[in-house]
Amino acid sequence: MRNIWLVTARELKAYFATPLAYIFIVIFLILAGAMTFFVGGWMSRGQADLQPFFTFHPWLYLFLVPALSMRLWAEERRTGTIELFLTLPVTMTQAVVGKYLAAWIFTGIALALTFPLWITVNQLGNPDNGVIIASYIGSLLMAGAFLAVGSMISATTKNQVIAFVVTTAVLFVFTLAGSNVVLDAIRAFLPATVVDIVAGFGFLTHFQSIARGVIDLRDAIFFASVIVLALAANALIVDLKKAE
Amino acid sequence: MTTALSVRGLEKSFGPADARKTAVDRLSFELNQGDVLGFLGPNGAGKSTTMKMICGFLAPDAGTAEICGHDILTDPIAAKSVIGYLPEGAPAYPDMTVLAFLDFIGAVRGFDGAARRERVKVAMAKTRLEEVAHQPIETLSKGFKRRVGLAQALLHDPPVLILDEPTDGLDPNQKFEVRKLIKEMAATKAIVISTHILEEVDAVCTRAVIIARGRIVADGTPDALRGRAPSGSLDDVFREVTANA
Repeated sequence: MRNIWLVTARELKAYFATPLAYIFIVIFLILAGAMTFFVGGWMSRGQADLQPFFTFHPWLYLFLVPALSMRLWAEERRTGTIELFLTLPVTMTQAVVGKYLAAWIFTGIALALTFPLWITVNQLGNPDNGVIIASYIGSLLMAGAFLAVGSMISATTKNQVIAFVVTTAVLFVFTLAGSNVVLDAIRAFLPATVVDIVAGFGFLTHFQSIARGVIDLRDAIFFASVIVLALAANALIVDLKKAE
Repeated sequence: MTTALSVRGLEKSFGPADARKTAVDRLSFELNQGDVLGFLGPNGAGKSTTMKMICGFLAPDAGTAEICGHDILTDPIAAKSVIGYLPEGAPAYPDMTVLAFLDFIGAVRGFDGAARRERVKVAMAKTRLEEVAHQPIETLSKGFKRRVGLAQALLHDPPVLILDEPTDGLDPNQKFEVRKLIKEMAATKAIVISTHILEEVDAVCTRAVIIARGRIVADGTPDALRGRAPSGSLDDVFREVTANA
């Protein structure tokens, strides 16, 4: 635990050592607010809840999470510090989990800074705060799954831009996997079982009930499994590619 | 007393199956406390690859290394904690200050509170880093960066030091300082230094190993090696043994 925390703390400080952290938080808050008010029609729908806010989180994460995850391993490989890092008395699991947690905590900070919306909605009416808390937890869980996939892809390259673009593309497919855009396209040539499996991987599908404040155990298990699998693959990729 | 460093039959090759290139070929040697081994060889001879395997960064295809009795393959954490390693090019996190970086290394090496501050202070004093303590590493000159790498390697006072080209890129004064530092530490440690500067061998090493194409082609004290060429010059010995390999 000590080593995980040391790695996490170093990584978190690295986020805040560059303007990236502040730019990320500001853009996240602006976009989250803009989508809630203008696209989600939060004011005009006349209900005291945050559903229009949470509905857009998958789309926000789609572009912002890759910006956080891209540097995790790509930077380490580009500067050669990976050789220093992995010859310290730190296990691969500690290294992978430590870095990942830093990105996740950072996302948590950005998400927590949307609290003015929560305060506002409580001023305007009597929202179900239990639903809002559940939605926040669910959103953070989904962000965790996005980040784990991003961290894994970051380990495959030395180039952060490649990591960003590939992560966005992969996450886009994951996000939409349960929607008809993807399912109609593959239904033509794949058997129904495969189509069902692909549908089961849709982040959007799993997030829909979370956005309404219902954390279904199956959705939680889905996101947790994505995190564990992606990080396990992450460790394998680091091990295979570190010498290059 | 156990041998400080025992390298046994290390092997490593790279590339696709149909065009494997052997980088290290059944390499073995042993090192005791007080030994300073000069690890010589042409570029691409397998020096860095060998060091990466000893330090647990690369997994060997065959063979292993034992550091103070800890096998790097079966007990990597114990082995890594008794090694100080300066990787080639002295990589360090560019956005951290020297102090923050060494503090992080100290923490990972298991030191806390006052003990950690003391370790960092001593390491910085040994490598003359005090004046740049609060500068981000990316703003440092090559010589300072190399010294940050050295400070990081000897911070925990390890019994085994593996230094990949510790004086590369340093000016003559800095080279002199680093060699002096290595000599000061030599009595209590086993040290491996890779270099292609032959004068360095005379300056600090008690033993020299020359490798070419991943194999040991000469092994002995600098004086014994010199005796192998009529001219008595290490350069001539180096050229002769590596040309035929």
